[in-house]
Amino acid sequence: MAEKSKAIMIHEKDNVATAIVPLKAGSTVSLEVQGRKEKVKLLSSIPMGHKFALRPIANGENVIKYGEPIGETTAAIARGEHVHVHNVVSHRGRKEGA
Amino acid sequence: MNFMGYRRANGKAGVRNHVLVIPSVVCSQGATEAITRNLKGAVYLANVFGCAQVGADREQTKRTLVGFGTNPNVFAVLVVGNGCENLPAKEIAEAIIPSGKRVEFIEIQDVGGTKKTIAKGKRIVREMLADAAALEREPIPLSELIMATECGGSDYTSGLASNPALGAASDLVVGEGGTVILSETTELIGAEHLLARRARTPEIGKKVLDLIAWWEKEAIATGQDIRGANPAPGNIAGGITTIEEKSLGCIYKGGTTTLEEVIQYAFPPTKKGLVLMDTPGHDIDQLTGMMAGEAQVAVFTTGRGTPTGSPIAPVIKITGNAETYRKMKDNIDLNVSQIIKGKETVQEAGKRIFEEVIAAASGKLSKAEKLGQRDFCIFKIGLNF
Repeated sequence: MAEKSKAIMIHEKDNVATAIVPLKAGSTVSLEVQGRKEKVKLLSSIPMGHKFALRPIANGENVIKYGEPIGETTAAIARGEHVHVHNVVSHRGRKEGA
Repeated sequence: MNFMGYRRANGKAGVRNHVLVIPSVVCSQGATEAITRNLKGAVYLANVFGCAQVGADREQTKRTLVGFGTNPNVFAVLVVGNGCENLPAKEIAEAIIPSGKRVEFIEIQDVGGTKKTIAKGKRIVREMLADAAALEREPIPLSELIMATECGGSDYTSGLASNPALGAASDLVVGEGGTVILSETTELIGAEHLLARRARTPEIGKKVLDLIAWWEKEAIATGQDIRGANPAPGNIAGGITTIEEKSLGCIYKGGTTTLEEVIQYAFPPTKKGLVLMDTPGHDIDQLTGMMAGEAQVAVFTTGRGTPTGSPIAPVIKITGNAETYRKMKDNIDLNVSQIIKGKETVQEAGKRIFEEVIAAASGKLSKAEKLGQRDFCIFKIGLNF
């Protein structure tokens, strides 16, 4: 299915997927990994290579890619929303209080 | 399997047959550049250190310069000093002698100025080049290959395509009994638990975790935030959000084999198989460290595109980004972007990289070599005084 090749979900535990072409807000993307199937309607436009949420992610919750945490959210993120530096922060190498 | 390489007096094998002119100090760098100019096969190092250094910092500069001299890709060495530096040319030359190759040194103050130094240096290098030309390639088992791995200018394609493909190639090299160096310790932050789990012994695993903890602490101790430097702005534009995300994509390069050893910057591996060298994430610092650690070939993955090359070794550039390949064909050797489209498997691309490594080791010039890209930068760990 051509539609499937628009984004990649790497690990079945992931709560984000990566757009491999620029995706428009309002479009629907189908994904599949290790038997898990997802169909997500995008709330934001997603630049190529950027991530969107596969399910709602609460404020302060881990963002999971490659099956591992890559940081935590700084705001609640809705399914289909752009996930990047504006709403995710690293757990690591942070100075105190940052 | 074999590659066609050059057997050295000390039994080691090189993939290039360079005559290397080392400036022991920044003051003689200009002369070394002039000596090697228009002499095919002769290369110099763009060393900007070598004076007013003390302790471990001086040792690291010395070890790196000596490591380039002893690297089996180098046939013979001329060290050029100024004469008053605290890392004298003689000291570097003497440390290279045990490798069994011809080593000479000259000093600008002793020879009597730059013009005479260039003339004398060119005479010595021409002799060395004539001797180098007489040496022929012969079959060398892949078990004698040390392959450096690196990624730079990463974007979302690095973790999805080029690094997993390089990992498959790394597994093939290790499968042949060869050695693969993984480096850039700062870009293991967030993925260190996965690598530590693969260590041969719990002690080696603990070393991995300790290294990462040290780097993270150092970053925080500066009062700064590592996030200001890593991921870099280009990484972020390319879709990478955090250092953890970058790291998780990054460690694919090392493949899936057991981690055999953790080594310090610019030291050669003492084990075969996968080894980790402690280096910064800085592209040229780490490439320099691995070449000083006697790697003969490097494979460098990039998403955004980089021109990086080494003075003494092929650096094979791989991208998983079709647009970058189209825009930077003169820099990039292999395009593995079909992985993302599902048209090539990671294993197939890994096989192609492996074959390119053997070809490069047997004499095929990488694009960075064709461009004359000869980056050199020592990981500085102390102040100049």
